Amino acid sequence: MSRFVPNGPAQREKMLRAIGATKFEDLLEPVPEKFRLKEKLQLPEPLSEFELTCEFEEFARKNTGADLACFMGAGAYDHFIPAAVDHILLRSEFYTAYTPYQAEVSQGTLQAIFEYQTMIARLTGMDMANASMYDGASAAAEACLMAMRITRKQNILVAGSLNPGWLDVIRTYLKRDDFEITEIPFLEDGSLDLAIAAELIEGGAAAAVLVQYPNYFGLIEDLQPVADLIHEHKGLFIVAADPVALPLLRSPGDAGADIVVGEGQSMGIPMSYGGPYIGFMAARMKLARKMPGRIIGRTTDRAGQTGYVLTLQTREQHIRRDKATSNICSNQALMALANVIYLSLMGEKGFREISSQCYHKSHYLEKKLLEIPGVSRIFGNTPFFREFAISFPISSIELRDRMIEHGFLAGVPIVELGEGAMLVTVTEKRTRDEIDRYIGAVTQICRGGSA
Amino acid sequence: MKTIFELSSPGRLGVSLPELDVPEAPDIPAGLSRGSEGGTGLPETTEGQILRHFIKLSTMNHHVDKGMYPLGSCTMKYNPKLHENLARIRGLSGIHPLVPDALAAGSLELMYRLGEFLCEITGFKGVSLQPAAGAQGEFCGLMLIKSYHESRGEPNRNEILMPDSAHGTNPATATLADCVVVGVESNEFGLVDPDDLRRKVGPNTAAFMLTNPNTLGLFESRIEELTSIVHEAGGLNYMDGANMNALLGIAKPGEMGFDVCHLNLHKTFSTPHGGGGPGSGPVACTEELAAFLPDPAVILEDDGGYKLCRKQNSFGRLLAFHANTGVLYKAYAYIRTLGAAGLREVSEIALINANYLKAKLGDYFDNPFDNGPCMHEFVLSGDRQAEQGVKTLDIAKRLLDYGFHAPTVYFPLIVHEAMMIEPTETESLEDLDSFVEAMISIAEEAEEKPYLVTDAPVNTPVLRLDEVKAVKDLCIVEPAPGEGENL
Repeated sequence: MSRFVPNGPAQREKMLRAIGATKFEDLLEPVPEKFRLKEKLQLPEPLSEFELTCEFEEFARKNTGADLACFMGAGAYDHFIPAAVDHILLRSEFYTAYTPYQAEVSQGTLQAIFEYQTMIARLTGMDMANASMYDGASAAAEACLMAMRITRKQNILVAGSLNPGWLDVIRTYLKRDDFEITEIPFLEDGSLDLAIAAELIEGGAAAAVLVQYPNYFGLIEDLQPVADLIHEHKGLFIVAADPVALPLLRSPGDAGADIVVGEGQSMGIPMSYGGPYIGFMAARMKLARKMPGRIIGRTTDRAGQTGYVLTLQTREQHIRRDKATSNICSNQALMALANVIYLSLMGEKGFREISSQCYHKSHYLEKKLLEIPGVSRIFGNTPFFREFAISFPISSIELRDRMIEHGFLAGVPIVELGEGAMLVTVTEKRTRDEIDRYIGAVTQICRGGSA
Repeated sequence: MKTIFELSSPGRLGVSLPELDVPEAPDIPAGLSRGSEGGTGLPETTEGQILRHFIKLSTMNHHVDKGMYPLGSCTMKYNPKLHENLARIRGLSGIHPLVPDALAAGSLELMYRLGEFLCEITGFKGVSLQPAAGAQGEFCGLMLIKSYHESRGEPNRNEILMPDSAHGTNPATATLADCVVVGVESNEFGLVDPDDLRRKVGPNTAAFMLTNPNTLGLFESRIEELTSIVHEAGGLNYMDGANMNALLGIAKPGEMGFDVCHLNLHKTFSTPHGGGGPGSGPVACTEELAAFLPDPAVILEDDGGYKLCRKQNSFGRLLAFHANTGVLYKAYAYIRTLGAAGLREVSEIALINANYLKAKLGDYFDNPFDNGPCMHEFVLSGDRQAEQGVKTLDIAKRLLDYGFHAPTVYFPLIVHEAMMIEPTETESLEDLDSFVEAMISIAEEAEEKPYLVTDAPVNTPVLRLDEVKAVKDLCIVEPAPGEGENL
């Protein structure tokens, strides 16, 4: 008997008798004999709590990458997580609860997610937000599908400066003969080629333009011209925004976005080798009824007290089935809770401070790196946030590998931009001492191995 | 209860951050900065206020550690505490997804081995751990099936057959995958009618999508005939693994003629539901379909190293990174804790618990498909109570007063006033008996004092909520100070 199963031989016998069976196998009568397994599954012998803990510690030891100072980004970021976040996430009341379909016994989850929706809407400058998607990339893909449903057009224009992993996910979700995805190239300074964008949009076939903000290379560009162009031709403007940048940047809503999506991992969620993360999705109020995913709304109970429920459910799969706005059911609710706790702890000032430190620290590193002979900017003077694309005089893959010996995850090589090109990220967690040592190590490696 | 925004007062801090230790860079150009918009509208509160706020909220939730959750098809079993600690070990939680493979050898080894376990449990050869939830697993499965047909020069195959008792995600997924839903009828025993299936298959059949045991909690006894009909018509068979908790060590989908299935780690493999997610929906499949699995896949190299690689004919990616990895850690821990005998015990007791409840409640509620043993769940009808003016919704709400969560109600659609009950193996006989007492008591109330049931719940943090008003007077964000209630 395992420690998870309370009914042992005594209870079994009593229950089988109540059922009218003599042995367990009687209950398998509907399963054809030939499909009943005759042999035990081939799995390793069970481990005790202590043994399993040791095995996991061994796995953790083998993850040597977790011990290095992380200057990698490209969609996942090493930010500080205040202790209070996990204390609340580890409350059984939240993490062992089901989806809040029975609202009367789920007010905790419901109100927390309502507050999450509010924070996402305010950060992005939009009217409303849903209760979460799987991750930023799948949220972007769902936003494209949503735009096509609304506009009844089947062409999506995507900025070439979008995270390539996200573009892969969008391609998967939009893999249909009648759907078309067109990339808008970027110029030498990394900003969108507005002339080509205008040409592509002017045909009027585009359901939406999707632009990442800041873009994959960390560059901040003015969203307004693209917004104006696509709106003139009755398409929607989708922005994939980095929430940590938003306290400093003009909000996508203010710049004309109709739908804003993004990855919420940076707000209180560990990198955890890729997940679970959370996609957010915000929109103009008039689009709320076309949105995928769960939405929490405020209402009253029979006594007139305020309460919260899942609302606009007729959009969803359990009611609308093949006509639903999406097939999503389970979302990333506990990660939304992590976001709302994190943002509450940070507050107006704290989140702005995090944003500002990422900005200044990344600029400090970039400036110092540019002093090393042979290191150069890839996108000129375009403003950037938290991460930047930079060219080293040696292969970026080699540099990355050699920096590991110095204790650094130096960045993400982007060989599409050149052999020495790397995307380097600096969050508020990186101290000046670490940054200076990083610069020292790069200087040493580049001097020794200059091509 | 007040919202976090109502607790805000300018100047309060919830966090202490280090001083900026580098020189400041020039400001972001004015046209690009937030400037004139003002702030982000985040609240200003202290750490203590925030704790009190969320703890107060938490007390308004029902949860597995408090009481039973007999939600059919949701498998609300106990979530082992150790697993939460394991997934949070720094080496596993603090690692960036794009590090070179050798630097994440521990996570990769765990993922590889978990994949092997899931193949053994399901009887399949290929696996992807990427799908973030069951519905994304379904999408993954249909993309594999479409890729397969396309590779054989049959891109026309776009019909997905499914019984009328299917989960809502099945038809929604078919639409997402650019396919058409073709309904297949159930017979008087609540099982798929093979003759109707025979009539519906054809040259456009892409796949037959079936939950087994089905959503009535019944094993599809003629499964071999059903899967053969589809194969003979050139289609493939997809098993929705939502009900896999009935089959661990008992039967393998891969041996019943299925070509692909997804698993819900947040159901069968004990990872917590988190108030609606995160889940994880790995997909297992035959060798033939494995060539199309999404990237990345974890492989074991000859030198004993683990590596992420892209399958040559992969249909693409579903997430920006590898998977809901943190959830995978917990499912791995569960399988390692139980081993083969422990997993078999899970399903045995899940079946015994369900059949016990079915036997005990049979005299008090209608059971339209009671033709023998059920698997891990069963569906009752509230028709008898509805005649007294007490609907299934009322019974569900009254259960909340008795300290139980409600069953899944009004699903599957083929049962009137449906109540779908799944106790799971982690409920003790004593707790099952308490549930039976509550249900019998409600059945009696429905006859004698129906108002007690129709007025329910009364012992919950709020009374029955007005869902119509929630839609009509839509309020889905807290209005900014000075704004009206409704935007």
